[in-house]
Amino acid sequence: MNNHKAAWTLAAAALALAGCGEEKPAPKAQAKAEAPAAPAPAPTIEIKIASVAPLTVKTPHLGKDNENGVRLALDEANASGIKIDGKDAKFVLVSEDDQGDPKVGTTVAQKLVDAKVNGIVGHLNSGVTIPASVIYNQAGIPMITGSATNPEVTERGFKVTFRTVGRDDQQGPAIASYLAANTKPKVVAIVDDATAYGAGIANEVEKTLKAANVKVLPREKGTDSTTDWKAILTKLRGRKPDAVFYGGMDQTGGPLLKQGRELGLKAVFAFGDGACTDEMSKLAGPAAEGLLCSQAGIPPQAADKKFLDAYKKKFNTDPILYSPFTYDGANLLIAAMKKANSADPAKYLPELQKISYQGATGKIEFDDKGDRKDAEMTIFTMKDGKITPLAIVKSGKTTAYDDFVKAAAPAAPATAAPAAPAPEAKKDEPKKEEPKK
Amino acid sequence: MDTFLQQLVNGLTAGSVYAIVALGYTMVYGIIQLINFAHGEVVMIGAMVAFSVIGALAGSGLPPIAVLFIATLCAIPACIAVGYAMERLAYRPLRRAPRLAPLITAIGVSIVLQHLALLVWTRNVLAYPQIVATKNYALFGATITNVQLGIIAVCVAMMAGLAMLVYRTRLGIAMRATAQNQQVAALMGIDVNRVIAATFVIGAALAAVAGVLYSTYYGVAQYTMGSLLGLKAFSAAVLGGIGNVPGAMLGGLLLGLVEALGAGYIGDFTDLCAYPWIGEALGERCANGGQFILAGSEYQDVFAFIVLILVLVFRPSGLLGERVGDRA
Repeated sequence: MNNHKAAWTLAAAALALAGCGEEKPAPKAQAKAEAPAAPAPAPTIEIKIASVAPLTVKTPHLGKDNENGVRLALDEANASGIKIDGKDAKFVLVSEDDQGDPKVGTTVAQKLVDAKVNGIVGHLNSGVTIPASVIYNQAGIPMITGSATNPEVTERGFKVTFRTVGRDDQQGPAIASYLAANTKPKVVAIVDDATAYGAGIANEVEKTLKAANVKVLPREKGTDSTTDWKAILTKLRGRKPDAVFYGGMDQTGGPLLKQGRELGLKAVFAFGDGACTDEMSKLAGPAAEGLLCSQAGIPPQAADKKFLDAYKKKFNTDPILYSPFTYDGANLLIAAMKKANSADPAKYLPELQKISYQGATGKIEFDDKGDRKDAEMTIFTMKDGKITPLAIVKSGKTTAYDDFVKAAAPAAPATAAPAAPAPEAKKDEPKKEEPKK
Repeated sequence: MDTFLQQLVNGLTAGSVYAIVALGYTMVYGIIQLINFAHGEVVMIGAMVAFSVIGALAGSGLPPIAVLFIATLCAIPACIAVGYAMERLAYRPLRRAPRLAPLITAIGVSIVLQHLALLVWTRNVLAYPQIVATKNYALFGATITNVQLGIIAVCVAMMAGLAMLVYRTRLGIAMRATAQNQQVAALMGIDVNRVIAATFVIGAALAAVAGVLYSTYYGVAQYTMGSLLGLKAFSAAVLGGIGNVPGAMLGGLLLGLVEALGAGYIGDFTDLCAYPWIGEALGERCANGGQFILAGSEYQDVFAFIVLILVLVFRPSGLLGERVGDRA
């Protein structure tokens, strides 16, 4: 059988090569000082902003959503004719596929550094962001993630690492205390997908539940590509949990939920932000109804109306999860560059650190670590195939979603306007977002 | 006890799907000693074609079973076309070449099929339409769903049908003769090329059904789904004795059971706290029902390959295989 083994090694190598082959043509680095003789074509400066997310495997739908957010921000910036250092700024999107894989992530990060991009929005997954940010830190290029929620991302003293979403040590306690207060479970089972994100949020949930005197069963683990959860769920069923928390993404969470119901598991299912999408109702079918989940930020439908309309117009679809946050991420980079009047990372970084910016997701300021100050967490439930916000948790305080929208209304009318009319149209369902066809 | 029984039910369902995929590997190997590594991709194509058909028929008002049946009927010819084309274009020209050449070609075919599927069905994890409403039945404390029953029934029927074909029909006799000695079979008036093509076609048809069953069961499909499934089915075929038809059936079922029980109980067996003196030595970690698990259920996918390695080390010809392992 030696032949087979040799063949498999070859196959693996071939697959790896195929994976690396998808390169986007890097935009040509234009000579910055182009002959400024003619007065009509003003000198331009090309600014490269990268978006990195899994675009081919694992969660490509979320990856594309993140990329769309960045693309929209850059297109708007180009249309508005920003001048930096007296030159017309031309923002170019460099989109890379990290395949949701830490190994590919670092390769891509190095490639972006070598291509001398001016700023990075990404990565999508915490497990990929953590090693990749080391490379950006060495190169001194600012990186803003709009979706990596693991605390570790900003805990290593990197000056160039920022995020526009909340952290799992805010999100985990939020969903766990909501679960403990509202479903009052006696025994909770916790499952994760053995990634930095999944295990990280699962640990936070476990800590909070234990502090609330809820019995937590020994942790079960799958992987980020598991489709067969039956063995684990069967084992759990024998221990009769009142609730099951899963730390992982929607494409694995969907089958988990569906198979759990098939096995007759009656527990309440609760998920973190990775599995808090409308996609869950497709992946799990009717089994998805009533699931609880959290997002480390305000819901996409509560984002700025201008952003929502522009997104819908440009991509002919609604934002899925974190595109408002990557959109803000890209805009923050641009705003800092404008303030510093330079696209040089070393020059605009200080501006980014002390920025105060009104974005599509509200006011953004960073603390010393690069985390967003006073980030909101949202608790959702699945209702009629759509995730519907239930409550907002901010600085440990839980507010019902409707009250949050009302409270936000006088302060920032533009933000609250899109959210307000919908609940009136459907009286008994606090559904926010009905995509207009 | 009901947990154990439930794991058996789970394992049996997954195992019967592995078995019909494994049949595709074993039949091709039996007849031309080629490991057709692209077979997993044929399963994926079957699942994907059925996905599109189900999507197209979703609003037609037909009963769900009929939709699934029509989808499978569309997937079978598609897979047969892929299987036949694969044999005709990629393997037949290399039949007299050194054995490594068609093996590499098989890997190439597998990559080509994957990327074709990526172009047609996108890179997304497709949510397989849940058209059959799941019903649960109690079985001595375990739960078995109508989908699981259907999968097991279809697989058993297909295995029985294949056994009939191989052992009771003229084509079956021709296949077995070709497997024993191609030249002599040709001298006896058997059209060897036709028999080999028929083998691929039958394997592909089985794969199409397996693809539909697998995706209906787990509710997801993706263009990469064929590679792991294919590898597991290949392990099942080796476990049963590659080239041996009853062996592949037995191997598939056993592998399904090993996986389900393995994933269900590995945590308990590798929990150091369960062993008296180690538990005491660990002290606080094990107090109040604490656990210290070395390897948990995330190692589920590893079992197939542990089985593969053990079989290759201790019984290279597999459980039911008679041939000595000099063929590959």
